[in-house]
Formats: sequence, C-alpha cells, structure tokens
Amino acid sequence: MDNLAILAELPRLRRYARSLLGDRAAADDLVQDTLERAWSQLAQWRAGSSLRPWLLSIMHNLRVDQLRRPGLSISPVDDTDLEVPTRATQTDRLEVRDLAHALSRLPEEQREVVLLVALEDMSYREVASTLGIPTGTVMSRLARGREGLRRIMDGQQPLAKLRVVQ
Amino acid sequence: MNKALITETDLHAYVDGQLPVDQHTEIEAHLASNPPEVERVASYRAQKLALREMFDPVLDEPLPENLKQLAAQPGAAKGLPARQLLPRWSLQRIAASVVLTVVSAGAGWLAHEQYDPAKQLAQAIPLARQAAIAHAVYSPDVRRPVEISAEHEDQLVTWLSKRLGTPIRAPKLGAQGFELVGGRLLPGNSGPVAQFMYQDATGQRLTLYVSTEIPANQDTAFRFSQEGPVNVFYWIDGKFGYALSAGMDKGTLARVASTVYDQINRR
Repeated sequence: MDNLAILAELPRLRRYARSLLGDRAAADDLVQDTLERAWSQLAQWRAGSSLRPWLLSIMHNLRVDQLRRPGLSISPVDDTDLEVPTRATQTDRLEVRDLAHALSRLPEEQREVVLLVALEDMSYREVASTLGIPTGTVMSRLARGREGLRRIMDGQQPLAKLRVVQ
Repeated sequence: MNKALITETDLHAYVDGQLPVDQHTEIEAHLASNPPEVERVASYRAQKLALREMFDPVLDEPLPENLKQLAAQPGAAKGLPARQLLPRWSLQRIAASVVLTVVSAGAGWLAHEQYDPAKQLAQAIPLARQAAIAHAVYSPDVRRPVEISAEHEDQLVTWLSKRLGTPIRAPKLGAQGFELVGGRLLPGNSGPVAQFMYQDATGQRLTLYVSTEIPANQDTAFRFSQEGPVNVFYWIDGKFGYALSAGMDKGTLARVASTVYDQINRR
C-alpha cells in the first residue's frame, strides 16, 4: 500500500466522522486519531483487502474507547435497553424537523449503522464486520435508527422498542 | 403469497437495493396491499437521500493541512503544535484539577492551622463547573432527565425549598421559549443543591443550578464560563449561587440569564 492510498480515503473519513459527530472540529480530531492509529497498526492491515472498512473500523473502535471514558458530553443518552416499569417523567413533546438535530438525538450505535448504510453504501455484512457485531444486530439497529429518525422528524418520541423479525 | 415471509430485514434490504432481485415481486405485492408500509419505505429512502445531500458537501471541502500530511506520511503532523495530552474535558482533567485544588486547600490548612471544612470544600469545585457537570450529566438523558416533572411543579418547589432550607422557585421562561421540564435535588460541596431543567420546542435544554452553600461576602455580578461544550452564566447573591447552563451560544444564553436574574431579584 502506498501513502496515497490513505490520502485518497481522507474525504470519506471526514464525511463519515462529520455525520457521526456533527461538530467539525471534533470530527477532524477523530480523523486525526484514526490516521495516527492506522499508521501504528499498519501491520494488522491485510494486504489486498479494502482499506476503507479497515479505517472505518479503527474509527469506530476509537469512538467506543472515547464513549467508555465518561467526560463532559451533552449528546443525548437514550437507554432504550433499560426499561424500568415506571411512568416516564418526561412530558415534553419533541418537535424537531431538522435532520441534523434528529440525527444527533439517535443513540450513537444506531446512528453509526444508519450512516454507514446511507453514506458508505455498505452491505449489511460489511457494516457488521466494520463494527464487529453480528448482522442481526446491524439489522435491528438499522430498523430502530431509521424508525427513530422518522419519528423524531415527525415530532414524536422515538420508539422505545421496535420488534424486528429476523 | 404468504405475507409472513416479508420481514423487517427484507423491507430494509429492499430500501437499500440489497434484496435479491427474485424477491422483488413478493415484496412489491406485499407493499401493494399495505399503504403504511409504502409510506415507510418512501420515508426511509428520503432519509438516505437527505443524509447524502447533507454530508456529501464535506467530500468537496479542502482538506485540512495537518490531516493531509498525516494521511500521506506517518509522523508528518508531528511538526504541528501537539494537542493537549488529555482531552480538554476528560474526567482525568477534571480529577486532576480537583486534586490540585484539594492539595492547595490542604496546604492552606497546614499553613494557617485552621480548617473550616465547609468553606474549604466549597472552593474545591467552583460553582460554574459544578453546574456544568450537573448539566452534562442530566440534560442529555432523554427518558429520565428530572426527578419530579413540571406537571407537579408545586410539589417540586415545596420539596426543594424544604430540602435546601430556604424558599426557592422555578423562574418562568416561557417568553424566552423555554418550558420547565422539572427538577431534581443534587449533592453540592457540603449539602443539597437544586437543579431546574427547561426545554425549548427544538429539544434544546438548559438547566438552572441553585446552591445555598456559598460562604459569606462572595457576591459577584454576572460571570461567564465555558466548561467544555457547556456555556454557563453564573452569579452569587448572598448565600445563593445561581448558574444557568446550556450547550447554546453565549448571546442567547445571556438573554435567558438576565431574565432569570430579574425574576429572582423581583421577589
């Protein structure tokens, strides 16, 4: 692999990072971290395999690390997997019609899948291997993410649970 | 045709052009008898297009010089100014500054041989930062942002006043476009503090942090502090410390803050 191969992927890495984080500076910081890690892990890249999924997968792992480390963040947290049998205290209705804002309200694990499919035109299997999750999980996150976006855009609460038939 | 064979996965695969062509007839027949499903497919397709339209322009932006160099050659970016070792708002950084403050508070104690725990602790984490941390912890929570919601505002205010040991109330910010979501009790430096949360029609949230543990003679006028992604306006009035936090621009927040200030001082 020559040096220009990574350079050629740079615009798409930046697009994905921007779509994932919203903020330009934070996105470019993530791209920078991705490039640094890519160079240091170059030995793990299988020659002949596609470079883009490998780089996106490095970016994903960096995000996982960042999210594990709690810092000051004001992006929405919607723990749909934690259902407590109490009435939700939130009575406010969301009336957001702005796509960027709606996207930022999706849990990141759903946002990643929706974006990789929409922007990178990846097959579900490629998304699964990039994120290191089973294809079934990709499908359930995609379904929940798209439905969540649709409902936020329509001014409704995102669905707590959406049954996915495999 | 058996409709049960059309799964959610098939529907998305159809949207994404990942469904084998020989299954198209089946799914199209399914859609023909399901108008809501047709609408869903159309909406998902529109989402994809809208996402492309929104983010494709990034592809044509000029590449930042540091990234270009780094992409072409490892270590090239080393000549550029190094980024801070810890992200500006990592927990380690906050912890480090807390440790420093505690250490200097401890040094002060050794030097003066007097120790007022409440006073020293109150200096450990400044008001604006306490408020920003509380904002960052609770405002992103989509489902459980508050302990008591605005529909029980009377109970909320009575309870918080009782716990803080002094009457407090939630300012009305409807004219600024913000409605009360509710509030909660929090541990401050030496006792309870209160947080009220508001939200506008777009889901933008702001929180008002009310502390009653301010040492005497610390009054301040309006002050501004930027704590990571959170902007904070705060002021101290007697034993009360108020801090208004939000992830919104300084000008807008300043206008809301002056409304809060006026309402509190009118009582």
